[in-house]
Amino acid sequence: MFGENLFVNYGEAVAMILFGIGFANLLFQKNLIKKIIGLNIMDTAVYLFLAEKGYITGRLAPIVVNGVQDVETYINPIPSGLVLTGIVVSVSVTALMLSLTVRLYRRYHTLDLDEISARLRKEGL
Amino acid sequence: MAFVQNVPFFSIMLAMFSGIISSVLPGKIARRLHGVVTTMIGLMSAWLLVYLWQSDIGSYVFMMGHFPAPWGNEIRAGVLEAGMALFFCVIMLLSVLGGRKKRFDEIEVSKHNIYYILTNLLLGALLALVYTNDMFTAYVFVEITTIAACGLIMIRQNGRTIEAAVRYMIMSLLGSGLLLMGICMLYDLTGHLLMSNMQESVTQIMEAGTYSIPMLITIGLMTVGIAIKSALFPFHAWLPDAYGYSTVSSAAILSSLVSKGYIFLLIKIFYRVIGFEYIAGSHILNILFLFGLGGMIFGSISAIWEKDIRRMISFSSVAQIGYIFMGFGLGTEAGMIASIFHILAHAATKSLLFVAGIGLTDVSAGSRSFFDLTGAGYRNKVAGVGFAVGSLSMVGIPIFSGFVSKLLFAEAAVVDPSWRMFPTLIVLAISTILNAIYFLKTVLRIYTPESAAVEEEKGFYRITWKEQKWYAFTIVMFIVVNLILGVTSQPILEIIKEGLHNFA
Repeated sequence: MFGENLFVNYGEAVAMILFGIGFANLLFQKNLIKKIIGLNIMDTAVYLFLAEKGYITGRLAPIVVNGVQDVETYINPIPSGLVLTGIVVSVSVTALMLSLTVRLYRRYHTLDLDEISARLRKEGL
Repeated sequence: MAFVQNVPFFSIMLAMFSGIISSVLPGKIARRLHGVVTTMIGLMSAWLLVYLWQSDIGSYVFMMGHFPAPWGNEIRAGVLEAGMALFFCVIMLLSVLGGRKKRFDEIEVSKHNIYYILTNLLLGALLALVYTNDMFTAYVFVEITTIAACGLIMIRQNGRTIEAAVRYMIMSLLGSGLLLMGICMLYDLTGHLLMSNMQESVTQIMEAGTYSIPMLITIGLMTVGIAIKSALFPFHAWLPDAYGYSTVSSAAILSSLVSKGYIFLLIKIFYRVIGFEYIAGSHILNILFLFGLGGMIFGSISAIWEKDIRRMISFSSVAQIGYIFMGFGLGTEAGMIASIFHILAHAATKSLLFVAGIGLTDVSAGSRSFFDLTGAGYRNKVAGVGFAVGSLSMVGIPIFSGFVSKLLFAEAAVVDPSWRMFPTLIVLAISTILNAIYFLKTVLRIYTPESAAVEEEKGFYRITWKEQKWYAFTIVMFIVVNLILGVTSQPILEIIKEGLHNFA
């Protein structure tokens, strides 16, 4: 039946919807801070997707404490590693975007990117 | 294993570490370090290229860390990768050298060393993109490239560049978001991150005939992501500002290296991850083809309308990126080879045009307006010659590099006829005429004599090559690179062909 898989994998579906929301925010918002929030929603959606894919119901985090080394006991650790790497990347990108926003705000006292562009055109620099 | 096989690893590490060291060095020493490191990496890449060309191993895999294939990280090198690394080093060196004087005017003295941190990091990230065999590593280095490129735009501090950097970052982040999503979905489908293992799984999935829609979406996400980042036609809005207002070295590096690094990654994804037969059979390439054609026309028309010479050269980049994606869209090996050659031709020519353009605007009292350039070719003869050569190459005059790539595109369209043949040939012809209009118009303008009275009134001055030896040297070297690509294209095509065969 169509839609059955969608219900079973609702975590992935939610991740995709969040990705779309974040993407649209980053693309269409005029306010720079809201754009950055959109960026973070988008990246977080990818991490949710990865976490959802790496988790296997009923298994443990892949840390050996009681000597059990059987593969069947643990979840897949690679997506978690990818999420960590992705978080590092998105933190640095967010920091860069925020610093650029601060620069622009100090110069033009507005966060509206279109208004800044309009003023730049008027300045004719 | 021969010692020369360590070269890819050394080059990436050398570039990265010299970037880190530059942060504590004074600007002048950092500049020299950058020059020395780039030259060294270039020489090492040339060594690797010669070694791989002469030996019969074709390509090899270099294990990073101590874990074997399905778990560890890998670097892979073949003739095409080594050739690309050599070419990137040459263009990087010349671009940085050509904008040397301009950087002193446009960047605060205390920030000079930061410029070389960025260029070194960029070079390291580009080399990693060229050599890596791991998709997630590729994503991380795509992001490093983006951050370094953003720094290169905003290092010249004024409102325009910061706004351009913000717009660049927004579009780039949209692109890398899509790329990341694509990579994650592909990981879920295949269970691997190494390109070669991914391809095995992808082939199995294709043969079983399952997951065809997720596979198509995955390829679409990665392709569109990279297309946005490399400014394919409908996504190019950020490009003219980013290239037009940053300092000239940055503009040359951004247009000739950064976008090309992404495109090279896309080629690797096509050949080494998905498999070219499947890509050619899917409809993704049709979309790239149409967007490429659109870019070829639209970029040229925008360039004709543009009165600011730097922005004009930038819009020409949109058209040239269109050529490259149009070559992908042909879906044949000949088209792919033509595209890769055009990557080289465009990189060599566009950086020459940016560097020569700045020489022309400098002697015209810094005015970038097309009309103030009258007679600039006489005021700065070296820059005039450089600009003329660049223009002729872009238009496609024989013995220059642009001619060879246009010939290859036309050949690729005719040799393997499909419905794509006529659109390709027609748009190629129209685009060539449009190129000729705006480039030759500018060349005529810079060689139209201006009366001495007007020159004095506007504050124009003359400069000979003796007063700007490094600049003149750079222009001459750029012209030499252009001629090498144009005249000895046959061996270069052999390398590209051999490299592509090793890819699959």
